Amino acid sequence: MLAFFLKRLLGALPVLFAVSLFVFGFVRLLPGDPARLVAGADATEQEVASAREALGLDRPIWDQYLRYAGASLRGDFGTSSRTHEPVIEVIGARFLPTLWLTLAAMGWATLTGGLLGVWAGVKRGRWQDQAAMLAAIGGLSFPGFWLGLLLIDLFSVHLGWLPTGGYDGWRSLIMPSFTLGVGVAAVLARFTRSAFVDVAGEDFVRTARSKGLTERRVIWRHAARNALIPVVTLTGLEFGTLLGGAIVVETVFAWPGLGRLLVDSIAFRDYPVIQALILLLCAEFVLINLVVDILYGVLNPAIRLRP
Amino acid sequence: MTAPAIRSPAREFWRRFRRRHTALLAAAVIVLIVLAAVFAPYIAPYDPAAADYDALLQGPTLAHLAGTDSYGRDIFSRILWGGRVSLAVGLISALAGGFVGTMMGLVSGWSGGWVDAVLMRLCDVLFAFPGLLLAIAVVALLGPGVGNVIWAVAVFSVPVFARLVRGSTLVLKQAQYVQAARSIGVSRFKLILYHILPGALPAVIVYMSLRIGSAILVGAALSFIGLGAQPPSSEWGAMLADGRSYLGVADHLTLFPGLAIFVVVLSFNVLGDGLRDALNQKLQ
Amino acid sequence: MNGPDLLDVQDLSLSFPAERGRTTVVHGLRLTVRPGETVALVGESGSGKSVASLAITRLLDYGPGRIDAGRILYRDRDGKVRDLAQEDAETMRRLRGPEIAMVFQQPMSSLNPVMRIGDQIAEAIVEHRHLDRTAALAEARRLLERVRIPDAARQLRAFPFEISGGMRQRAMIAIALASRPRLLIADEPTTALDVTVQAQVLRLLRELQRDLGTGLLFITHDMGVVAELADRVVVMRGGERLEDGAVGAVFSAPSHPYTRELLAAVPVLGSLDGEALPMPFPEPPAPTGPQDTVTSASPVLEVQDLVTRFDIRNALGRVRARVHAVERVSLAIRPGETLALVGESGCGKSTLGRSIVRLEEPSSGRILFRGEDVLAAVPNTVADGALRRGIQYVFQDPFSALDPRLTAGFSVAEPIRTHGLLKGPAITRRVEELFELVGLPREFVSRYPHELSGGQCQRVGIARALASEPALIIADEAVAALDVSIRAQIVNLLMSLQRKLGLACLFISHDMAVVERISHRVAVMYLGQLVEIGPRQAVLASPQHAYTRRLLSAVPVPDPSRRRDEVAIDDTEVPSPLRAPDDLPEVAPLVQVGPDHYVARHRVGGLY
Repeated sequence: MLAFFLKRLLGALPVLFAVSLFVFGFVRLLPGDPARLVAGADATEQEVASAREALGLDRPIWDQYLRYAGASLRGDFGTSSRTHEPVIEVIGARFLPTLWLTLAAMGWATLTGGLLGVWAGVKRGRWQDQAAMLAAIGGLSFPGFWLGLLLIDLFSVHLGWLPTGGYDGWRSLIMPSFTLGVGVAAVLARFTRSAFVDVAGEDFVRTARSKGLTERRVIWRHAARNALIPVVTLTGLEFGTLLGGAIVVETVFAWPGLGRLLVDSIAFRDYPVIQALILLLCAEFVLINLVVDILYGVLNPAIRLRP
Repeated sequence: MTAPAIRSPAREFWRRFRRRHTALLAAAVIVLIVLAAVFAPYIAPYDPAAADYDALLQGPTLAHLAGTDSYGRDIFSRILWGGRVSLAVGLISALAGGFVGTMMGLVSGWSGGWVDAVLMRLCDVLFAFPGLLLAIAVVALLGPGVGNVIWAVAVFSVPVFARLVRGSTLVLKQAQYVQAARSIGVSRFKLILYHILPGALPAVIVYMSLRIGSAILVGAALSFIGLGAQPPSSEWGAMLADGRSYLGVADHLTLFPGLAIFVVVLSFNVLGDGLRDALNQKLQ
Repeated sequence: MNGPDLLDVQDLSLSFPAERGRTTVVHGLRLTVRPGETVALVGESGSGKSVASLAITRLLDYGPGRIDAGRILYRDRDGKVRDLAQEDAETMRRLRGPEIAMVFQQPMSSLNPVMRIGDQIAEAIVEHRHLDRTAALAEARRLLERVRIPDAARQLRAFPFEISGGMRQRAMIAIALASRPRLLIADEPTTALDVTVQAQVLRLLRELQRDLGTGLLFITHDMGVVAELADRVVVMRGGERLEDGAVGAVFSAPSHPYTRELLAAVPVLGSLDGEALPMPFPEPPAPTGPQDTVTSASPVLEVQDLVTRFDIRNALGRVRARVHAVERVSLAIRPGETLALVGESGCGKSTLGRSIVRLEEPSSGRILFRGEDVLAAVPNTVADGALRRGIQYVFQDPFSALDPRLTAGFSVAEPIRTHGLLKGPAITRRVEELFELVGLPREFVSRYPHELSGGQCQRVGIARALASEPALIIADEAVAALDVSIRAQIVNLLMSLQRKLGLACLFISHDMAVVERISHRVAVMYLGQLVEIGPRQAVLASPQHAYTRRLLSAVPVPDPSRRRDEVAIDDTEVPSPLRAPDDLPEVAPLVQVGPDHYVARHRVGGLY
């Protein structure tokens, strides 16, 4: 288990290194003077000079990277060229809303997706299965931003039950988290179903039945328990879909999170914030998958116990 | 060699695919939509950019099948024209990403060793970008615009295909018939051409169909948040963004472009499912 | 008549959905089992024997199969006679376990991979005997001891992947016994096991049945196992019962022609005791008689001190352990000679064969083909091509050795094209010739593998091997996956080809009886080393190495009159060829014990 974990950790570090290289190269790859880009379009000569100083553009490239990496690790991502506040504070203010949004979406999506998938698998070939899979493929094909607009139209504009957007209590969370989770729930339902159907055809499920166990126990203890192992890995990967999807959903619902910050920053060419956001979101995603890998090992004794 | 007199794998596939009526329907819908987009200049009743200030925000009528927008432009015509952009983004980026990814996967899976290690670490890095973020990062770097969105979405598709094909290649490499060919002394190129690639292809085809759907979604999403096709364009995501301000006032502004995206993506997904079943592939 | 003693299957018909309508796979089957009786249900693949067993427990309901007609009368513990074909799902569930239990073929996949062995046994006890979990686990431990799993307390907490195939099958038996069934159905329970492990498991089943008085329905394709175990035999083919009788009667005087054919095709170890040369099976139209095809020419293949090891690396890429698959093996094969390479799974016999055609990378040693060093040849040169042409490989699984997307003809033409032997239409003619040579109609060139039977696919595989006009064929378990009757045909085909073409053959096999038929000499492998090599008659009739003796004594004899009631079978497991990087096994040259007969006298895995 430890070896397995170490291997995953060792695999994650170079990935993070490469992402940081990309982000580091970001302003340097763009045409134009990096210092001017970082300082912002309306910056004074003095601001550009101090940005040049901070980037250390007169130093060798490896030294620049080391300074950048060191600063990033300390949480120093420079100053936003839009608000002139430290980037870390700009991002910090937006972090919690995105966290709540993605957790709420993930929560309902995994629960619904997993249960729907197992249910469809148990009812394989019958109308319940077909209905569930029809719903899933529909959910998979639904553009999240359109769904968001339809929900606003119905529940806010016409019925007036829920706020159209903003970050204001749990009622404001309902529509964004639902919109964000639909695609993930659909993917998980489809995947869980197919994993369950595969496992249900395995010899050991037949063995379980030959023992005279109740069907409930055969399904949950034997079939679903095994089918959920690969689902865990997929759930980790789907976090990526959520983090990415949040960018769009936050725009639809005027949700003051990281995603909207990124879109706004791109519009205003606020490069220090863009850089920091890309790095943070990637790091978050890599970490989540590391945690998921460990969970995978916990669920799967063949991985946990192999020396 | 004499021509195969009996069912070839291709005919076997067709025999099984033919029975999946929903998938056939999806394929027909796709063909129809692609034709409509290609021939948009001939079938669109109005110029998609022509403003008509006498007919602002009209609901669907016989004259304007899907109504008009805030400039009085005909939404039906705009959707037809916009389909050219949306479909192009989906098709070109998925095909390009799929091609590059497939080649990477073949090379990686077949060579093993450091080549494999390098290519797969590269994929890991691309995979480290959650969902849309990679495409957004590319657009942020290259600047907004349809051309750049195609690049961005293609890059976003590469690692998926690379991993998929690498996986099949590794499995096929161990298949007894590939070993048999190897023991005969068949050259590496022919081995990959005759035995590995045909074996990996069904999975690629299935994935391609699903991927075109998600590429269209990503392309539309980028346009929706203002990073893709720019305002005068009638790309579907951009149309949705335009219509946002008229929610509750003129719902057809968002209804029809949204429906267009949904129907196209759904069709590609249903087609992919049908192909998967007919080709006996298990994905993900 | 007031019902059966235990089980009475009457006119049972079963069907599966087909492209159009349904296919009947079992037709009007009649079968009885009495308490304490062992009934063997015998048939080749597709005979419907496994499906019938699933119907009795109604596990058939969980797949596409269906009972169309017939009754399955069963007298339960309380003396009540039930028709299992009519019972509802809940009643059947209550009967499975305490009344009827099953043991399945694949011990690898029949246990839940994420559940501890102990829990898998205990849950059946909890369900049917209403003990709490602690008591059930204690009972599970007693059961593991009962099926002779060493160190039962520890194995209780083991996961299936941590124990060997033989141990898994014992655990399966423990699960089946957990609710004290009155009828045990065992579906090919030893087919996936090595012959020495098979002997252990069979003996265990026999003992348990004798002690517990359970009725045993034993499903198998192996006449040897039938002869060792059964009281009564029911022979099936194509879903129909052909013969039913006491085991002695069926073996000595089979009434149905198919049973006679089946028995004739069964290789019997020891039937060539008095014959030094190989001899084809008495299968029409093969000409019988000993075959002396060996020439005294210099060896076509010489293997000298060949070593093939596989590194197992840890997370940091450091070598953690090595599999010593092939350890300093030397042997030679002369033109026209068949050398059989025998041993159990994991002994390295396939790795040796694969190393010779360079599908594996040997670590050291030399392989000389017609005096030329195979390992020194630079890939993709003329010399390399000539070597690859000269040695051809025939694989175990006839289906997967052919590309499913290409025609049989393409596969056979591939070596001709690769080595540029012929051009244009000459290739087609040659391919058709080859098809004829291996006994296939010419039209089959345009067929796809899935349109051919297993035996036909294997003939295509052999035709492909012959296409490049090789001097040596390596047949790696080439008949293991085939039904008995087909197996005899393919062995005869290989022998007739040897007679016509003077081929040398390295015949890798675990089946001692087939080996007796086909080989001039036998080499025995154990833990990567050659422990004995010599003329076939000498090795099989007077084995000198302990492992060879153990292997031979485990082979079931398809003759109930020669049933060995209690042969000493040790329950030890074969050690692993996995060793620490610095822990080298002891290797020494073999010692001559007779003409051309050599044996290992040093310690190999604890055996002399």
